[in-house]
Amino acid sequence: MLKTFSIGGVHPHENKLSAHQPIITAEVPAKAVILLGQHIGAPAKPIVAKGDVVKVGTKIAEPAGFVSAAIHSSVSGKVSKIDTIVDASGYAKPAIFIDVEGDEWEETIDRSTTLVKECNLSAEEIVKKIADAGIVGLGGACFPTQVKLCPPPSFKAECVIINAVECEPYLTADHQLMLEHAEEIMVGVSILMKAVKVNKAFIGIENNKPDAIELMTKVAVNYAGIEIVPLKVKYPQGGEKQLIDAITKRQVASGALPISTGAVVQNVGTAFAVYEAVQKNKPLFERVVTVTGKSVAKPSNFLARIGTPMKQLIDACGGLPEDTGKVIGGGPMMGKALVNTEVPTAKGSSGILIMNRKEAKRGEAQTCIRCAKCVSACPMGLEPYLLGALSENGDFERMEKERIMDCIECGSCQFTCPANRPLLDYCRLGKGKVGGMIRARQAKK
Amino acid sequence: MNLILIAVISLGAIALVLAAILYVASKKFAVYEDPRIAQVGEVLPQANCGGCGYPGCSGFADACVKAGSLDGKFCPVGGQPVMAKVADILGLAAGEAEPMVAVVRCNGTCSNRPRINQYDGAKSCAIAASLYGGETGCSYGCLGCGDCVAACRFDAIHMNPETGIPEVDEAKCTACGACVKACPKAIIEIRPQGKKSRRVYVSCVNKDKGAVARKACTVSCIGCGKCVKTCPFEAITLENNLAYIDPNKCKSCRKCVEVCPQNAIVELNFPPRKPKTEEAPDAPKETAAPKAPAEAPKVTE
Repeated sequence: MLKTFSIGGVHPHENKLSAHQPIITAEVPAKAVILLGQHIGAPAKPIVAKGDVVKVGTKIAEPAGFVSAAIHSSVSGKVSKIDTIVDASGYAKPAIFIDVEGDEWEETIDRSTTLVKECNLSAEEIVKKIADAGIVGLGGACFPTQVKLCPPPSFKAECVIINAVECEPYLTADHQLMLEHAEEIMVGVSILMKAVKVNKAFIGIENNKPDAIELMTKVAVNYAGIEIVPLKVKYPQGGEKQLIDAITKRQVASGALPISTGAVVQNVGTAFAVYEAVQKNKPLFERVVTVTGKSVAKPSNFLARIGTPMKQLIDACGGLPEDTGKVIGGGPMMGKALVNTEVPTAKGSSGILIMNRKEAKRGEAQTCIRCAKCVSACPMGLEPYLLGALSENGDFERMEKERIMDCIECGSCQFTCPANRPLLDYCRLGKGKVGGMIRARQAKK
Repeated sequence: MNLILIAVISLGAIALVLAAILYVASKKFAVYEDPRIAQVGEVLPQANCGGCGYPGCSGFADACVKAGSLDGKFCPVGGQPVMAKVADILGLAAGEAEPMVAVVRCNGTCSNRPRINQYDGAKSCAIAASLYGGETGCSYGCLGCGDCVAACRFDAIHMNPETGIPEVDEAKCTACGACVKACPKAIIEIRPQGKKSRRVYVSCVNKDKGAVARKACTVSCIGCGKCVKTCPFEAITLENNLAYIDPNKCKSCRKCVEVCPQNAIVELNFPPRKPKTEEAPDAPKETAAPKAPAEAPKVTE
């Protein structure tokens, strides 16, 4: 029996249209726009000024606080301005604009493809190097990796779990990365194990990627302590808490940190970025982005520099189809519609999904019919129908009691709802309000 | 027969005993309540809107009686007549408060502010605002889902289907502030009603720089400061590229309206000006968007 998480979950159509498409190196954009807030936490502070010349890999912004990450230039050229740009959510956000000239890399970066297996650095040195490279969780939440690798002293890490589940429909970036860079990922995982001082790592891969499971299992033989765990296909298995449950059968208590179960979860893309940062001195300035959709001429996986306009990647696979209804940043379950296609890619851009009008259309919301499908689907054991109603009526105190802060915003409830109720939207709204209430309470103390 | 008799007698006895207990308890544990609280409560409109700042009318009545003074206490629904009655009951001087009214500080109609994308989520401004900046290039303006309309308990605010912007019905508005709380974009403001209901205010909340703001909306405040320089009463301040007219200093001379290059300043309920062209005279009625040429709304597909 394959492992999976214990409660809830849904089975959306997989639609992995771009599976097995080799990773294409995307063209370097003529103008790169690098957002300063690409991670959870405080936006980075720029350390370059207008007119400065930067190379590929030059640090252009420093972390501003504990939960923050450095940002590096993904292109070489001249800083044209530091200004705001409308980001994917339609709000103006600070960004560094760079006019691209040539493609000159920092000398310290090892651009060869030779595999460097040995790593003689201490755990502290590894964490420092990861922080310097500006690595954040590449699964989508973008939590600064160095923070995750330094858990509070009261917790002890027992194992590393690598999230190679890629449970979002359509996305194939991680799958393809495993097929092409299995060895590098293994070295990255070993480095992560060393950084948190454990000798056990599990790589969770869903069963819909049999070739990746086979290849990774074959490669893992040469690396001590790494085990590949094939998982049953179920969304949202890639959620941190769900993955810990699936692999270790331990549940993260409400309000507790995932580390309380002894597991440090990292995305497989992050493991690859860690390898490149530690062994090749390459900061995080490019990543694999899936561009896909049923009407897209050629769904592809691109290795794109951060700051590339999404439009450029869409054009590279045949342009925006005529019947486009929505362009979504990320997967269909958790992604958000883009306000325009000029927005630049960021560290968390795992995919661009182009939905046609028919797919994009939301059904009209109707009254709740109390079928409780959302309750069975919720992987956190919440009651989304109730949370939705409470949010609609503004009873945020009660929402807090109903554990709204446990919601992982996976969208399973809305996906199953036969009455088309916007449950996720209501939960998000409630989570925002309750979060504000909690912060206000803490500030008072 | 006997059975019924026994039942009636025993139940009656129990009822008598319990009634006696209740009577004793009601006398022994009685809480004295100032009878004036009930009297004041009776003259209040019982709208329970919370516009006075207290939880409902009974809370307000309680506060009025206990405070011993009516300073700063005002019922926005009942207004001065109700406050006079309250003052009579309590033998105090009625609290003075200027009549206020809600104004919508956005004029981003479909013709002024083109839609660049389409929102098809739940019809709620709160949700739309939590998701993204809005359907237009201006991330400050009205989202048009009507949370304010739903919040109003006096039927005083309505969505204009042509402009997609809410309009306040001055006759019904009590300035309770429910719409202000409901608006996630903080567009609605409670302002003094002004003499003869005449008001001048900046109908924009966009804090973007001039060029960005102008691109997003044809009637946005661009922060040029012309109004600030023109105002003879120093009533206008400019902060974050946005002008604001202090209603307490404004003397309604309307010089700022004339100089504003963006037509972002709205004048309400003034008699029509003589020399202007036929397109400009402001509707003397209670429309909140008098400056916008009423074109058919452009609906994005």
